[in-house]
Amino acid sequence: MGTTVAEIKDIKKSFGSNNVLAGLNLKVESGENLVVFGKSGSGKSVLIKCLVGLLEPDEGTAILFGENVSELKERELNLVRKKVGFLFQSAALYDSMTVRENLEFPLRDLKPKTNEETDALIIEALTNVGLADAIDKMPSELSGGMRKRVGLARTLILKPELILYDEPTTGLDPITSKEISHLILDIQKKYNTASIIITHDVECARITSNRMIIIKNGTAIAEGTFKELAESTDEWVRSFFK
Amino acid sequence: MPTGLENKSETVAVSSSAYFLKPVKAFFEEVTAITRFAFRFFKELFMPRYELKELIRQSYLLGYKSLPLIAVTGFIMGIVLIIQSRPTLASFGAESWLPAMVSVSIIREMGPAIAALIFAGKVGSGIAAELASMKVTEQIDAMEVSGINPFKYIVVTRIIAATIMLPVLVILSDAISLYGGFLAVNLKGDISLHLYFSQVFQALAFTDIFPAFIKTIFFGFAVGLIGCYYGYNSAHGTEGVGKAANQSFVYGSISIFVLDMMAVQITSFFI
Repeated sequence: MGTTVAEIKDIKKSFGSNNVLAGLNLKVESGENLVVFGKSGSGKSVLIKCLVGLLEPDEGTAILFGENVSELKERELNLVRKKVGFLFQSAALYDSMTVRENLEFPLRDLKPKTNEETDALIIEALTNVGLADAIDKMPSELSGGMRKRVGLARTLILKPELILYDEPTTGLDPITSKEISHLILDIQKKYNTASIIITHDVECARITSNRMIIIKNGTAIAEGTFKELAESTDEWVRSFFK
Repeated sequence: MPTGLENKSETVAVSSSAYFLKPVKAFFEEVTAITRFAFRFFKELFMPRYELKELIRQSYLLGYKSLPLIAVTGFIMGIVLIIQSRPTLASFGAESWLPAMVSVSIIREMGPAIAALIFAGKVGSGIAAELASMKVTEQIDAMEVSGINPFKYIVVTRIIAATIMLPVLVILSDAISLYGGFLAVNLKGDISLHLYFSQVFQALAFTDIFPAFIKTIFFGFAVGLIGCYYGYNSAHGTEGVGKAANQSFVYGSISIFVLDMMAVQITSFFI
């Protein structure tokens, strides 16, 4: 059992009268891939946005590397965030920058590096996702799968200890989805990163998960390995895997 | 004996007052939010890290890229002003006053106001649409989670660039307008460039040029601030992008007129 890198304690979050999270708990250990599974609109993305302080929970605590996120000052929070990678559903590449500039951007606040060192880091990150030849392209020239890969490379460049994947395979064809899922697994093995993978893609969950939780009505209603949940006695849980 | 009409008339009175109060309340809430946004700008402005590279890039995009449009409108404005004014001045036998008239009109009022309105339309709404799109595609969130202050990188640089570049554009636009005026004067007359500009500068005083220049700094700040405010705080979705661009232009233009009115009042104390 590794150390706990992220923990969510009894988090509640509402948007108007819509209670999205209603007392959810989870814990992620170092080197572990945790898949958060659930229907669309069940609050999976809200969960990881609360974890990194992009959204303020109404109640409950989000803890990253032992620090209570809501109690951190902006500067302290930014330091903790440097240890976390976030792959957005849309990849969120900066439109006005080339792939190289997109990857350079998160490095700006780190210790001064020579151009050669920066280039080596960029090429290493792009090689890891199989896109070294796209270095001078603009995001508009990339396909959906390539954008996700570049987004992942940008996440990897800071060598994060925890990566949060928000629907990494949504909008991709089955072959590219599988490639991205295997890439997530490769990254875990290579860098020993912990991950929270938000998805409703069964194949992605099967490939990437060490452990899964299933969210319903804002709380975790089931937890276990992919196999355990696929063979659950609960009909609703089992219905996800059919 | 109560008829029940009293309650009905009270309900009508309450609902009509609510009808009028709601937009007033919304207006003051919006002004408060923009003021808070401006305070945040000044707070972030003086704190490191200073995004000089991005500031230069934004100055190029907002200033240099707006120059052709502002130059063309300025040139046409100079010509039109002379053509429209000539008959009136000619009826008083004062055609020789054309250079003086055009210089005072352009430098004091028309040059700054028209350039600022075009700037609000092109740059203000462009900033709002760009920032709103960045929000929709989660680019602003991506900056935040990678530990970079998006307000400083995106907002502060754009507001400074707008504040610096509009006065520069107005100076260039005024010069081009005056040259357009020179060409228009020569359509029905004959005056040398040297004589024309001598008359232009003789008609101008320090109190014409300096306040006009200062107010363009405020116009630029207002356009940048309002564009950034509506873009940065836009609602999610593509509808939010269009709305942000539209609101930015509408409120940016209104703020230019309000600031202009205030500038005229303040200047009048010193003249």
